[in-house]
Amino acid sequence: MGSLETVQGALENEGFLATRLDAFVNWGRKNSLWPMPLGLSCCGIEMMALVGPRYDIARFGAEAMRFSPRQADLMIVAGTLTWKMAEVARTIYDQMPDPKWVISMGVCSSTGGMYDSYSVVQGVDSILPVDVYVPGCPPRPDAVLDGLMKLQKKIELERPVQALFKDRTADNEWLEGHGKIQKQPNDSVPQYDPSVGVASDEENG
Amino acid sequence: MTLQKDIFEYRAGAMGELDPDDPLSGQLVELNVGPSHPATHGVLRLKVMADGEIMREVEPVVGYLHRGKEKTCESLGWRKFFVHTDRLDYLQPLLNNCGYAMALEKLAHLEVPERAQIIRVLLMETSRIMSHLIAIGVSAMDLGAISMFFFTFDQREKAYDLIDGYTGHRMNNTYIRMGGVYADIEPELEEQWAGYFEQFLADIDQWEELLTGNRIWYERNRGIAAMTREQALAWGMTGPNLRGSGVEYDIRKAEPYSGYEDYDFEVAVGTLGDAYDRYLVRIEELRQSARICKQALARLKDTRGGEFLAEDRRYVLPPHGDVQSSMEELIHQFKIVTDMRLPRGEAYMGVESSKGELGFYIASDGTAKPLRCHMRAPSLLNIQVLPLLTEGQLLSDMVAAIGSADFVMGECDR
Amino acid sequence: MSRSLEATRERLAPILAGLDHKEEESRDGMLTLRAPQDGVRAVLAGLHAKAGYELCTIVTAVDHDEAPTPRPQDTGGARFEVVWQLHSITSNDRVRVKCWLAGEEPGEAGFSAPTVMDLWPGAAYFERECFDMFGIGFDGHEGLKRLMMPDAYEYYPLRKEFPHGGIEPDRLYKAWDKQRRQPSGGTA
Repeated sequence: MGSLETVQGALENEGFLATRLDAFVNWGRKNSLWPMPLGLSCCGIEMMALVGPRYDIARFGAEAMRFSPRQADLMIVAGTLTWKMAEVARTIYDQMPDPKWVISMGVCSSTGGMYDSYSVVQGVDSILPVDVYVPGCPPRPDAVLDGLMKLQKKIELERPVQALFKDRTADNEWLEGHGKIQKQPNDSVPQYDPSVGVASDEENG
Repeated sequence: MTLQKDIFEYRAGAMGELDPDDPLSGQLVELNVGPSHPATHGVLRLKVMADGEIMREVEPVVGYLHRGKEKTCESLGWRKFFVHTDRLDYLQPLLNNCGYAMALEKLAHLEVPERAQIIRVLLMETSRIMSHLIAIGVSAMDLGAISMFFFTFDQREKAYDLIDGYTGHRMNNTYIRMGGVYADIEPELEEQWAGYFEQFLADIDQWEELLTGNRIWYERNRGIAAMTREQALAWGMTGPNLRGSGVEYDIRKAEPYSGYEDYDFEVAVGTLGDAYDRYLVRIEELRQSARICKQALARLKDTRGGEFLAEDRRYVLPPHGDVQSSMEELIHQFKIVTDMRLPRGEAYMGVESSKGELGFYIASDGTAKPLRCHMRAPSLLNIQVLPLLTEGQLLSDMVAAIGSADFVMGECDR
Repeated sequence: MSRSLEATRERLAPILAGLDHKEEESRDGMLTLRAPQDGVRAVLAGLHAKAGYELCTIVTAVDHDEAPTPRPQDTGGARFEVVWQLHSITSNDRVRVKCWLAGEEPGEAGFSAPTVMDLWPGAAYFERECFDMFGIGFDGHEGLKRLMMPDAYEYYPLRKEFPHGGIEPDRLYKAWDKQRRQPSGGTA
């Protein structure tokens, strides 16, 4: 390989090399998702059962449960998130380095579940972006593994290497055609826009 | 016994003094343990003021899982709240269900048929086993015996199979109704259940071989997190925490409910009130629960065909087929679902849960809207006693103390 | 088996003789005593010291507002009552003590009950929870602060006028979030 321009040219052509590199990076990422288990309540027990001998999450390379967010790339929000805990959850999410994904396990973290009360966050996606929602109260560990596999398929669609060299905004039609994800901004993972979704002060006066 | 007592006194007493040679001795550092922490068993936050390795002050902060259950009961009504009682101590959902159902039945003066009581005892004791398996397995894992986690979770999976086969879900089953249980248990499942306990008791012996005589386990638990009999009572301890300190009190013996007076079992009592004794109490309770379950299964065989649900149509839904063929049953169904009332007054029911005395204090004003449902959570008291258990001891003993105090945040915060 | 109500009543009669109390009916067979707000501390202390009630099982409160049925006659217009439940292991019986509170608003003079944490240290969290949920003060409780809700929370959730869905439940989080996004104090 010669100069950087040649490499850049080869990758920008979106040819064989670029897609192979992307597939390679994605293969590595999806098969070694290290969860940061935010085990808040009952779903935390089913998450522990995931690590247990029967529903072995080690098959997916994800048994390295890292309680330090700096060392993890997948946050599994398992359980009811309360507003008192929300600050903690957001801080932990912010501390995780990119790329990071979030699985919302159980209905409490997906939508607030059966708790429509004064202290429960009605869905963890009020405060952080979620990639996969796994319903259930609690979901069977097989259901969470199914969610993990769906996340792996989602990761396969990413284009981390090409994003380094190319503005991906214009030509994502084939991805849209699959109906899977929306137009991607110039990045390898969907970016969370902090101003979207959180009710601002101007709205509420 | 002398050696044990010496270790106990050494650990209890010697940690308090400042070190004259250390210039940093006595300067406190505030450490924040949790709420997201592998060893706090849920979302508990501990503010620890540490002097080197010694914890001088420990202040628990709870409420990170406060879901407003007591308020929810007032909004939902008595029947719909069953679903929420599962999620109190989510390691033993059926036991919580039974406690709440018994409180309602106490207020309504409703009798439960015998077969339903036996099924309830079977489910309660199996739930107690599952909760203790986590208590032992996870506290052992926290102290380094990681394989205990896998052993106990393997047993839990086998128990989950039985409960799944009966109730339809592994956890949070909501299978108890006011007046009995939702549906009867099948004979094939009864036999499978009996088979479970044979291999379970053999496994407990293996775990005891691994832990009980193990020098490391002994050193990390003997003399740690100790409380005397008077302290345990003053701080409101019940259950294994109280029995570990030498008080022989079990609600199932002292104020029996659901037919417990007809079962033959013993109450495990410790002596020194430290983490090691509480561990021994829990291991023995596993065996006694298995014993009760076997008796319950034998009695279930004798009462096959009995009623599993009371017939009082003020509180108990009629069978579905009857609703569609009989006018009165249709009206009963309608009234119970939309407007079930309990008599005016209050009642308290305390059941022996795996963490202590789980109490339901319910007050009704005679309308369909509950006046008050207060849940007395033993986990709240088990956390309140943590400063007593840990102050003056080393940071690494905090993990042993938390594991032996055994609490669940779902119950503590409600 | 635990003692019957009659046996408990007999056992406690000499201890409660000089104290201002009244027995009330209960549906669960537990001896229930009603004491006035200024006399309840004496009853509880007497039960602790002389009747051997080593365990304090419950300290909670009940809000009787908005009940469609009329309030019981002897409330004297009171809305809140505080309920204590004590348990004696040696005598194997339980007793319930209740008292009506004069005030209604948090911070009002009569809206408080005496603390029992000097008698039973384990009651401290129960009292903090009552304060957190109802706003009831406890005289003599050092360091009475919220237990479940964040310290900066302004409402008392279990009062009947507080809606089930809460009032602006995310207010404290939004304030924290706004402060987090400031350029100087923002996260990486």
